[in-house]
Amino acid sequence: MAKFEGYKDIYVFVEQKNGEIANVGYELISEARKLVASIPHMNYSVVGILLGHNIKDKAQDVIAHGADRVVVVDHELLKDYSTQFYTDALTQVINEFKPDSLLTGATVLGRDLAPRVAARINAGLTADATKIEMDPEKQDEALLLVTRPTFGGNLFGTIICPDTRPQMATIRPNVFAMDAPDASRSGEVVEFQPDFKDTDAKVVVKEVIEKVIEGVDITKCDILVGAGRGAENCLDMVKAVAAELGGEMCCTRAVIDDGFADKELQVGQTGKTVRPSLYIACGISGACQHVAGMDKSDMIIAINRDPQAEIFSVSNMGFIGNVEEILPLLKDEIIAAKKA
Amino acid sequence: MKIVVLVKQVPDSTEIRVDKATGTLIRAGVPSIINPDDLAGVEEALKLKETTGATVTIVSMGPPQASEMLKELYARGVDECVLITDRKFAGADTCATSSTLAAALDKLGYDLIIAGRQAIDGDTAQVGPQTAERLGIPQVTYVDEIKAVNGDTITVKKALEDCEQIIEAKLPVVLTTLSGMNNPRYMNCNDIVDSMNKEVTVWTFDDLGIDESKVGLAGSPTKVHSTFTKDVSADTETFTLPANETAKLIAQTLKEKQLITK
Repeated sequence: MAKFEGYKDIYVFVEQKNGEIANVGYELISEARKLVASIPHMNYSVVGILLGHNIKDKAQDVIAHGADRVVVVDHELLKDYSTQFYTDALTQVINEFKPDSLLTGATVLGRDLAPRVAARINAGLTADATKIEMDPEKQDEALLLVTRPTFGGNLFGTIICPDTRPQMATIRPNVFAMDAPDASRSGEVVEFQPDFKDTDAKVVVKEVIEKVIEGVDITKCDILVGAGRGAENCLDMVKAVAAELGGEMCCTRAVIDDGFADKELQVGQTGKTVRPSLYIACGISGACQHVAGMDKSDMIIAINRDPQAEIFSVSNMGFIGNVEEILPLLKDEIIAAKKA
Repeated sequence: MKIVVLVKQVPDSTEIRVDKATGTLIRAGVPSIINPDDLAGVEEALKLKETTGATVTIVSMGPPQASEMLKELYARGVDECVLITDRKFAGADTCATSSTLAAALDKLGYDLIIAGRQAIDGDTAQVGPQTAERLGIPQVTYVDEIKAVNGDTITVKKALEDCEQIIEAKLPVVLTTLSGMNNPRYMNCNDIVDSMNKEVTVWTFDDLGIDESKVGLAGSPTKVHSTFTKDVSADTETFTLPANETAKLIAQTLKEKQLITK
């Protein structure tokens, strides 16, 4: 036990922008709850870290989503994200509270902040984890086994940090499920005042250009119909089936590269990670780069002409056949089923 | 202005396949390429060389064979290439890699450091920010465009999930660049000939004056516990049916699972 004196609990960096908390923070809190439940004898808590300005009233939301405690760092220099000030503040929180592990969303912000903090305190940081467990053989150390894809999703590595604390990891949005909030939960709010040695900003945001997102955010869709190269000739039909199901179309990288759809619709390692209730893969071969972005879907139905297609190995139901022929019929069947 | 670009040689991960019998990666015959995000960074540096008269130095850490890749960069127009190579650096995670690179950068001197956002073999996106931290200088990650350099200020565009930011930073700074921000130039015929005569500077552990405990496996807080190729999940039921029956069965299944709603 004395190996890491004073280090305890699982902390989650809760990302917010303009006071709005990103779901990924809550997804990580939900996962952290499962992790602490797997080592009950350690009596670990789940702690949220909330950095910002005038954000104290958000702490109750973080508790409702599963945190036992929230460390709030409220300072005007933290109003908008800054690598410099957020690194200073988060490092001081770590030094003060000594988290045994610290999870951060692998967003653009998280991937800017977490490595910088890890380097400052010489902690081990694992990027883009897809699975986190407590090592059953090292329960008294609360050693995390953190699994991540490498080589474009061809190989998975399980990474450990046996000699340093906190154990740090980033996790992409939508990799873990978010539990429903419980407004009646109670927890403790701890305020922390950082000490900024240098308040002169070295990097300044001069202008923000909001991106006009065409169409929908596929990461928030409950039903997705995915199109691969095999469905390029019938994308309208893919969209029509998606529309009948109240869902949206998404695509593999090949379809985007071929110029048939916008990058915002790309699912996979270099696109978005999705976890809808239903994913219908149409003419998708199942390259690991794509699968890495959708294999957490609750139910996967694949339609592909090639019986050897890799997509079948991650699907719940596979249909060998021609999507161009099947999709129009499927659309009619769905319409009929709605009427029935 | 002295620009240093950090470049990694990587296996082309789109060409890697898994041997289903043994469950291992098939690396034989997989070409080595310049990491795409890094190559975008090289191109940005060469553009700045043209407009500002900056010099462009490449720093790469890797096995001795990586010097072939660096010679190729001479043919694109860079001024100097430094390869950091030593058995002592083997097994380095991003923490140890950034310590090693920072030692080399301190020795070289720099005004602007450009690194690719992430490498396609590891995909961590950590080495750029961690190198900046080791050097104690600021960073701007996910840079999609370098707009201007005025004196000691550089203006860039950063790409975020839902917006873009125009950012001003004081030099020296570390930028991490995205492939797709430009089309890297081809090698120039004359430069290919010239590049044959140019030497890659090789630095080993002894050249960097760095503590052995900070490099390689010893300097790496993360350790690989195990590796495997693919989570075998889902017991797939596969059907070969006429198209109309396929459509019926899918619709019926969706209805049963309450995924079709009125």
